[in-house]
Amino acid sequence: MYRYDEFDQQLVNERVAQFSGQVARRIKGELSEDAFKPLRLMNGLYLQLHAYMLRVAIPYGTLSARQMRKLAHIARTYDKGYGHFTTRQNIQYNWPKLAEIPDILNELAEVEMHAIQTSGNCIRNITADQYAGVIEGEVEDPRITAEIMRQWSSFHPEFSYLPRKFKIAVTAHKNDRAAIRFHDIGLVAVKRDIGEKNYEIGYEVHVGGGLGRTPFIAKKIRDFVPKAQLLAYLEAIMRVYNMLGRRDNLFKARIKILVHEIGEDEMRRLVEAEFAHIDAAKILAVPKQELDRIGAYFAPPNYESLPAESDILDKARSTDKAFDHWVQTNIVDHKIKGYAIVNISLKPIGGVPGDANAEQMDAIADIASQYSLDEIRVTHEQNLVLPYVKKHDLKNVYDMLAAQNLATPNLGLISDSIACPGLDYCELANARSIPLAQEISQRFADLDRQYDIGELKVKISGCINACGHHHVGHIGILGVDKKGTEFYQLSLGGAGDETASIGQITGPAFTGDEIVDAVEKLVTSYIDLRQPGERFLDTYRRVGLTPFKEQLYAPD
Amino acid sequence: MAQHATKTARFQAVTANTVQQGEVVYFAENGAWQPRLDQAIIVEGNEAAQALLQKAQRPDAELYVVNMYLFEVVKTKNGFKPLSVRETIRAAGPTTRLDLGKQAQGE
Ligand code: SF4
Repeated sequence: MYRYDEFDQQLVNERVAQFSGQVARRIKGELSEDAFKPLRLMNGLYLQLHAYMLRVAIPYGTLSARQMRKLAHIARTYDKGYGHFTTRQNIQYNWPKLAEIPDILNELAEVEMHAIQTSGNCIRNITADQYAGVIEGEVEDPRITAEIMRQWSSFHPEFSYLPRKFKIAVTAHKNDRAAIRFHDIGLVAVKRDIGEKNYEIGYEVHVGGGLGRTPFIAKKIRDFVPKAQLLAYLEAIMRVYNMLGRRDNLFKARIKILVHEIGEDEMRRLVEAEFAHIDAAKILAVPKQELDRIGAYFAPPNYESLPAESDILDKARSTDKAFDHWVQTNIVDHKIKGYAIVNISLKPIGGVPGDANAEQMDAIADIASQYSLDEIRVTHEQNLVLPYVKKHDLKNVYDMLAAQNLATPNLGLISDSIACPGLDYCELANARSIPLAQEISQRFADLDRQYDIGELKVKISGCINACGHHHVGHIGILGVDKKGTEFYQLSLGGAGDETASIGQITGPAFTGDEIVDAVEKLVTSYIDLRQPGERFLDTYRRVGLTPFKEQLYAPD
Repeated sequence: MAQHATKTARFQAVTANTVQQGEVVYFAENGAWQPRLDQAIIVEGNEAAQALLQKAQRPDAELYVVNMYLFEVVKTKNGFKPLSVRETIRAAGPTTRLDLGKQAQGE
């Protein structure tokens, strides 16, 4: 894992000191709300329906056990005993008091964390594949690049006042788990043959993707940018956007609108022209020595040499059915023999997607210390990952997780929905999201039924800002407001992976009382329509919207 | 974001969040900000509502509160209640965590 150097630590400490002064002046009345609001937003502090909300950055979703313990401590000491892991791999606290924000930030700084650039029109926390470094078939660990970009984009003076917020995601695998095609910039690490059996690593660059009011799939503007030139290329994109992005209209200010308006070819031309200047100046060329220095933080750990299969695991699976289900559903193959990637579902049946209480966070930290080389990942689907668990330890890990209600075997199933905070917390919401996720998971709680349905990604947003990624849900649910009452619009066929697609709206919206029945009708239609081996998304892609729509709106 | 009050709103009150905690409060008698809707001043008609908002917007108000606005309430046999789901949730707390927010304090 990356560790702060003296410069990182100094920057964070200085920012905490500066913001602490600003908080004190606001409380004394020396700063007006108008003056204070942009300052608090730069430090991740929002005002929501019931209280302030602090969004803490988790760079590329990687946490140490020590950091997780600190997050638990903050939840317990300064908040109401829990935190919410978000679709941007961050954590949000829902009840901090303004006067205590400096203390929280100081505590975070002690473990190399902060809330800087988690809000505002700047480059936000960079997200990455949660299986970085441990999944078979990866070109390299994408967090090396993510860390280089984090350093480049932190406090970058030219990009502190962009037309709008800016999100970058990176993966190094052909299977896209980071939804890179729905980010302002999405990067895929790829290899290029340079002859004599040698290859070079670089990046495929996708630009102008996004969800929200106007969803777009990003356009690929470059097949290969050599690693050493990546920052120069990114800087070129940012400059084009900073110059041409619309500042006159909030709804048209994202880079996706610019790319859409000027077109992919023109965007490419402008970026290449700018890139030529920056590249020629060589100031952003990352020296090999620096690449190696950062790369060393992400070097593979000293794996033990283990047998591919574990007798202990096999025996436990044959005697404990619940454990066997969990292994079947939540465990992913590790690239190293004898190891496993463990997914911790933060979606217990009837629970709040992404929420974890302080006791659970402490337990996860303990498990990570004992069984996963101190490391935890946060996924954009609001779950957690233990990346380095030995297969023969899986049963112990499972038992410890189960004791904390953290062993729900539902990864990728219908009860593993994404849900934004929605109208239960969010100032911008039209409708609640969390209760729908809870009701859906309760309705489909039966595990045999969930297994029969198979992979089905339900994604729920409480408003058109789409924090719950509803556009890319196999079933997407969007909360809309009709005269102060909650309604829900359904869309089908979205996908955030490498087969990227945007869901199609089914038709008129449903009331809160009708929406879960409507989801059930869609599931029933799928079961009637599917061919052997087809997932919901496959069936939808084969038959289209009409048969689903007919069932959905058929009179009872 | 949901609308707070329609043009045809009959009864309205003024709400805000406190600077210190972001807590939901309502504009009440004697220029005070109170945590419960049943302590709020409720006015009838748009003119009275605008006058109430103006009264709440004293120059020193933002020392205590931010995000001030009018919202619509309806008369029920148990007193005035917010019309919208949004304001109902603000007045009570998250519907998914009945142990939190004002509802948990029996307010
Ligand atoms: S999608 Fe809307 S309601 Fe949900 S968290 Fe984002 S802004 Fe809030």
